[in-house]
Amino acid sequence: MHLLELIVPPGFLANGPVHTALIVGAGAAVVSAIVGVFTVMRGQSFAGHALADVSSAGGSAAFLLGLNPLLGFLGVAALAAGGMEWADVRDARERDLVTGVMLGVGLGLTALLLYLGTIRGSTSGAAIAILFGSMFTIPASLIPLALTVAGVALVAIAAIYRPLLLSSLSADLAQAQGARVRRMGLVHALALALAVSLAAMTVGAILSTALLIGPAAAALRFADRPGRALGWAVAIGWAATWGGILLAYDSFYWTPGHGWPVSFFIVVLIFIGYLLAGLAGRRPARQGLERPA
Amino acid sequence: MTDTAALSVHGLRVSFSGRPVLKDVQFEVAAGEFCALIGANGSGKTTLLKAILGLLRPQSGEVRIEPGAAGARIGYVPQKISIDPYLPLRSRDVVALGLDGARWGWPRRSRADDARVQEMLEAVGAIEFAERRVGQLSGGQQQRVLIAHALVRRPRLLLLDEPLANLDVRSTAEIVALLRRLSAQYRTAVLLSAHDMNPLLAVIDRIVYLASCCAVSGKADEVIRTEVLSRLYGYHVDVVRVHGRVVVIAAHEPEEIRAALARDPVHTAQVP
Amino acid sequence: MFTGFMSNTWIVATLVGVVAGMVGFFVVLRRAAFAAHVLPLGAFPGAAAASVLGVSELAGIGVFCGLGVLGISQLQRWDRREVATALWLAVALALGTLFLSMTSEYSQGVYALLFGEVLGVSSHALAPVAVSSAVAIGMTALLFRPLLLDSLSPELAEAAGAPSRRLELAFLTVLALATAMTLPVVGALMVFSLMVGPASAARLLTDRPRVALALTIGLALATVWGSIALSYLTDWPVGFFIGALAALSYAGGRMRAARQAR
Repeated sequence: MHLLELIVPPGFLANGPVHTALIVGAGAAVVSAIVGVFTVMRGQSFAGHALADVSSAGGSAAFLLGLNPLLGFLGVAALAAGGMEWADVRDARERDLVTGVMLGVGLGLTALLLYLGTIRGSTSGAAIAILFGSMFTIPASLIPLALTVAGVALVAIAAIYRPLLLSSLSADLAQAQGARVRRMGLVHALALALAVSLAAMTVGAILSTALLIGPAAAALRFADRPGRALGWAVAIGWAATWGGILLAYDSFYWTPGHGWPVSFFIVVLIFIGYLLAGLAGRRPARQGLERPA
Repeated sequence: MTDTAALSVHGLRVSFSGRPVLKDVQFEVAAGEFCALIGANGSGKTTLLKAILGLLRPQSGEVRIEPGAAGARIGYVPQKISIDPYLPLRSRDVVALGLDGARWGWPRRSRADDARVQEMLEAVGAIEFAERRVGQLSGGQQQRVLIAHALVRRPRLLLLDEPLANLDVRSTAEIVALLRRLSAQYRTAVLLSAHDMNPLLAVIDRIVYLASCCAVSGKADEVIRTEVLSRLYGYHVDVVRVHGRVVVIAAHEPEEIRAALARDPVHTAQVP
Repeated sequence: MFTGFMSNTWIVATLVGVVAGMVGFFVVLRRAAFAAHVLPLGAFPGAAAASVLGVSELAGIGVFCGLGVLGISQLQRWDRREVATALWLAVALALGTLFLSMTSEYSQGVYALLFGEVLGVSSHALAPVAVSSAVAIGMTALLFRPLLLDSLSPELAEAAGAPSRRLELAFLTVLALATAMTLPVVGALMVFSLMVGPASAARLLTDRPRVALALTIGLALATVWGSIALSYLTDWPVGFFIGALAALSYAGGRMRAARQAR
C-alpha cells in the first residue's frame, strides 16, 4: 500500500485538473497514435508536424480573440490540411516544399498574432502555453468537445481503413481497384488535422509531433499486421501520456514548489518505448531494406 | 467484337501534351487467353495498360472488358513497387485487401473470405511466407503475393506490368509457369507486358506487339515476321533467330536516328 | 534605420542571407526540408539551457546543433529519415520545455528565440557569426560537386569516392553551422523559411545549378533585408515578414514556371 502511495501520491486521483488532463490526454494520445500509424506509413511525418505548427496560428488567433483555443487550432489545421490535399502534389519533393513554404507562412502568422497579443497587454506566457502546451490548465469544460473531436477522427479513420492500407502499399494498386483515392486522402488529411489539433491543445503545437510519430514509429518496428500496429501504438501513446501526467504530478514533491513539465515526461516515455520497440523488433534482413531481390 | 473476348481495344489514341503515345491501337484478347504485350522501353506499354484499367482517359477509342464474377473485372499487378520493410502487412493481409481493399468502412471478413484468401495463397505457392511482412520478402515472393492479390476476386482479365523485370532466370521461369497455370485453372485471360519476348514465346497464345504508337496482334509466329514487323515499325526490320532466341534488328538506321546523327557534329566528322 | 546598433544587424543579416541561401540550395536539392526545420528548432533548447547554466547563448545553440546532427544521423540508421528527424525534434524539445520550466521570466526571450529579433545582435556577436559563416561558405564550396552528384545519384557519388552516409553527415554539419549563426537573428522557427523559400523558387526559374545558386542567394538576401526593414518600420516581428516573403517568392516562381509550361 505504501509503495502504491509512493507511485500514485495521495490526492492525485481526487485532483480536478489532473482528471481533466487524464481524460483529454488519453483522447489525444489514442487518436494521435492511430492516425500516426497511417501518417508514418504514408511517409507524411513532415506534413503531420507542419500541420501542428501551422495550427498554432489558430491557437494564437483564438487567444487574441478570446475564443476556445481548441476551435482555433482545429480551424486552421483543417484549413491547412484541406489546402495541402487540394494542391494534390504527387511529386514527393514538390510536396515537401509546398509543405515547407506553408509551414513558414503559418509560423509567421503565429509570430504576428502572438506579438499583437502581447501589445494588447496580455501576458507573454501565451507563446509558451500555445507552443508547449499546458496540460494542467485545460478547463474541464473542454472535455466534451475534446472527446467529440477524438471520436470524429476515429470514425473517419475507420471509414477509410482498407483503402488507406491498400494505398500505403501502392497508390496505383488502390486506384486500379477502384478506390476513391483523392476523397480518401482528404478524409485522412482531416483526421490528421483533428488529431494534431487535439494533441497541440494538450502537449503543445510543437510537441504534438511526439504523440503522432513516436508511438506509431515504435509499433511499426515490430508489429507485423495492421491491427497489432494500431493496438501497440495506442498502448504506448496512452501509457506514456498517463505516465507523464503521473510523473509530472510526482515531480512537485521532488523539487518542492516547482513541477517539471508534463510534455517532457511524455516525450521521454515515448522515446524509451521507441528504443525498447527497436530492441524487441526483429531487424529485417539487410537486403530487404536495400533491394528485395 | 467477338462474344468470347475478355478484352477488346478499338482505335485507342492517347497523347501527352500533344505528343502521341498510342495512335491507333486495336486488338482483342479472348477469354482465358495467355497473352504477351511486347514493346521496347517507352513504346507505351504502361500507358496502354493504364488506359485499359481506366486510370487515364484516352483521347479517343474504346476499351471493352467482359464483366467477371461479382463485378470484379480486372486484376492488376503494377510494375515493381518498393515496399517499406516496416509496413505492417503480411502476405495474407495483402491478399485479403484484394477482396475488399477499395471499400470504405471497418472490415468484416467472413469465413468464406478467409478460405478464399487461403486458397489463393496456396495457388500461388505463397503459403510458406503467408505470415511474413511483404516488405521483407524477395522480389519473386512479392510478385507471387501481388498476383494472388490481383486474382482473389476471380477477375476475367489479369494485367501485369513488367512482372519479369528484375527477376533472375529461375524466378522468371517460375513466374511464367505459375501465370500460365493460373490462367488455365481460373479461365482468366492474362495480358502481361515485357520488353523481352523470349522467356514467353513457348507459352503464349497471343502476342500484342507495340511499336511506333501502333500494335499488331496474333499468334506469335504470325506476328514475329520480318514483313509484319517492318510494316508496323514503318521501316525495314529483320527478325533473326539465333540459338532459339528471337531478336528484332533494324536493318537500316531509322529516319529519326539518321537525322539525330546528322545533327551531331562529332559523329558527322568521324563518319564521312 | 542604418545607424548605430542597427549597423551590426545589417552586417549579420547579409552574412545570414548568403549562408542561408547557399545551404538552402542544397536543402532543396537533397529533399532535406524537414531536417532544415528540425535542426534550428531542436537547437533552441540549447539557448534555454545556456540561460539556466548562465553560459553564452551561442554556445548552447552550437552544442544542441551538434547534438542534433549526431541524433538525426544516428536515428537514421534505425528508421526512415523523416521518422528519425521527427523523433530527434521531440526529444530536443522535451529537453527544451524542461529547461524553460527551470528559468522564470524567460518567456519574452523564448519569443525572440523562436521568431527572431532585429535588435538581437551585439558587437561581440559579430566575430563568431563571421567565422562560422566563413566556415559554412567554405565547406559548401568544397562540397559543391560531391553534393550535387550525390543528389543526382548516390551510386555515382559513391563511385567517385564520396559515400552517401559521410556526405549526409557533412551536409548536416554545414546545416547546423548555418543554423547556429542564423538562429539568433531570424529565430528558430524562421531559419527554415529563409532556407527553403528562396531555393525552391530559384529552382523553378533556372535549370543551371550555378545560376540557381546565385539566384537563391540573391532571393535570400532580398528576403532577409526586406524583412528587417519592414520589421523596423512596422515594429511587427521579423519572422512574420520572412515567412510571407519566402512564400511570395515561391509563389512567384510557381507562376513563372506555369506560364513557361504553357
